[in-house]
Amino acid sequence: MINEEFDAIVIGAGMSGNAAAYTMASDGLKVLQLERGEYPGSKNVQGAIMYANMLEKIIPDFRDDAPLERHLVEQRLWVMDETSHTGIHYRSEDFNEVSPNRYTIIRAQFDKWFSRRVRQAGATLLCETTVTELVRDNKGKVIGVRTDRAGGAIYADVVVLAEGVCGLLGTRGGLRKMLTPEAVALAVKEMHFLPEEVIEQRFGVKGSEGCVIEAVGTISHDMAGLGFLYTNKESISLGIGCLVSDFTAKMESPYALLEALKNHPSIRPLIAGSEVKEYAAHLIPEGGYKAIPQLFGDGWVVVGDAAQLNNAIHREGSNLAMTSGRIAAEAIIQVKRRNDPMTKRNLALYKTMLDESFVVKDLRKYKDMPALLHNNAANFFTTYPRLMSKAAQNFMRVDGTPKIEKERATTAAFIKARSRLGLVRDAIRLALAWR
Amino acid sequence: MTNPVTNLRVEDKLYQNRYLVDSGRPHIKVRPHEQPSANLVALTHVCPAKCYESNDKGQVEITADGCMECGTCRILCEASGEIEWNYPRGGFGVLFKFG
Repeated sequence: MINEEFDAIVIGAGMSGNAAAYTMASDGLKVLQLERGEYPGSKNVQGAIMYANMLEKIIPDFRDDAPLERHLVEQRLWVMDETSHTGIHYRSEDFNEVSPNRYTIIRAQFDKWFSRRVRQAGATLLCETTVTELVRDNKGKVIGVRTDRAGGAIYADVVVLAEGVCGLLGTRGGLRKMLTPEAVALAVKEMHFLPEEVIEQRFGVKGSEGCVIEAVGTISHDMAGLGFLYTNKESISLGIGCLVSDFTAKMESPYALLEALKNHPSIRPLIAGSEVKEYAAHLIPEGGYKAIPQLFGDGWVVVGDAAQLNNAIHREGSNLAMTSGRIAAEAIIQVKRRNDPMTKRNLALYKTMLDESFVVKDLRKYKDMPALLHNNAANFFTTYPRLMSKAAQNFMRVDGTPKIEKERATTAAFIKARSRLGLVRDAIRLALAWR
Repeated sequence: MTNPVTNLRVEDKLYQNRYLVDSGRPHIKVRPHEQPSANLVALTHVCPAKCYESNDKGQVEITADGCMECGTCRILCEASGEIEWNYPRGGFGVLFKFG
């Protein structure tokens, strides 16, 4: 079907694939991008918050025509029990700047825009095309791909695997191991539509200002998990995710968690009267630094979610995806300029450059957090949130009890739940993992 | 149409989504079995589209039409050989409008 030979084939048109394809095509490389969906974005799911800095490094003028929903001026971090939330809210007028820092986006629309820019930069995009196999030469070097379309293999000097969290090609091709249930979260999400002015009233925002809520606590039923609510222009993205290993051990249903979250007294009034227009599910890599697989080999590199590049603590994924895609492309461009072959040895440059970036530095900082949260889910996601709520209510409620007795009751509750030694141990563990 | 936020069934949730089903070519298959493993049974709860259901003999069956291609079942049951998992052919399967 395609007899041409390409400098690079990019598998996938999500954040990392588009970043890689755009960067290489802009430099004049002959790029073929393959996407299994009907259009770019049709298979992609994200919360979604997009960080401007990482996109600016790829498309500096993206604000001119990218479909952005709201720029964020307020972030609410909630710790929830069954009837309450205790929150830290940060809102600043400083976020109303000429070039805002963070935006909510809707991926299907955003990815179509990004893909248009990729094609304008000169890449060829083929949708509705599932790559079925990597093609190798007799020495094992990846030299192309086979797809489910009629015709033979398509050849290129290098293949960029931007195939997403559940990428089949890399695992079936023996390039990396299968994900384990402990290293991946399953998140479900609904799109709740409301009139623009209702969203503005409920969240105290105006114009294109937006607000996000992220929450932990009893909403995840003793599992390691996170709930989120992001304001878009005329909709709210509402979802919850927990580790697959926890869902499995507890036989919990993700949609039941989502329903419970929607009915929580702190959430229900925010989405009241909304019209739901989509229900989505997706996996999120949670293994962190220790789960990063081999990133390059003879004739291939892997980027984005497929490379497990996700910062679960800061809930950053697409910026790591975009950055890894861009850096992989820049490494390929350098190798190409030197007229060197796309061997494992030469493509090691990608890892060297990625190690120097915030992507790997951030993941390394939190390398012990995934295990800590996984092994102490009931404490961190249920026991402490309940204690925190009780302490807050005890502090707020005025009922004639002397304050000294209230304080003693709160301290006693913490000690009863975790013991003195347990409290100290939890604090030290958390501090060490955060360091 | 405005949905009440309570008592929605998964089927009602999936009804909101757009799919192009590849009729007669399911992308996930469950291997015939006598006794399902714990992971396979767990999928009757954990699959976010409720594609997996136990029949009256306790065997687990799949109807993949509402699948959102998340891959959870692949993580849990592919290695043991209990399920065969592929992406749908190009263009088929779930088509997210918002994603």
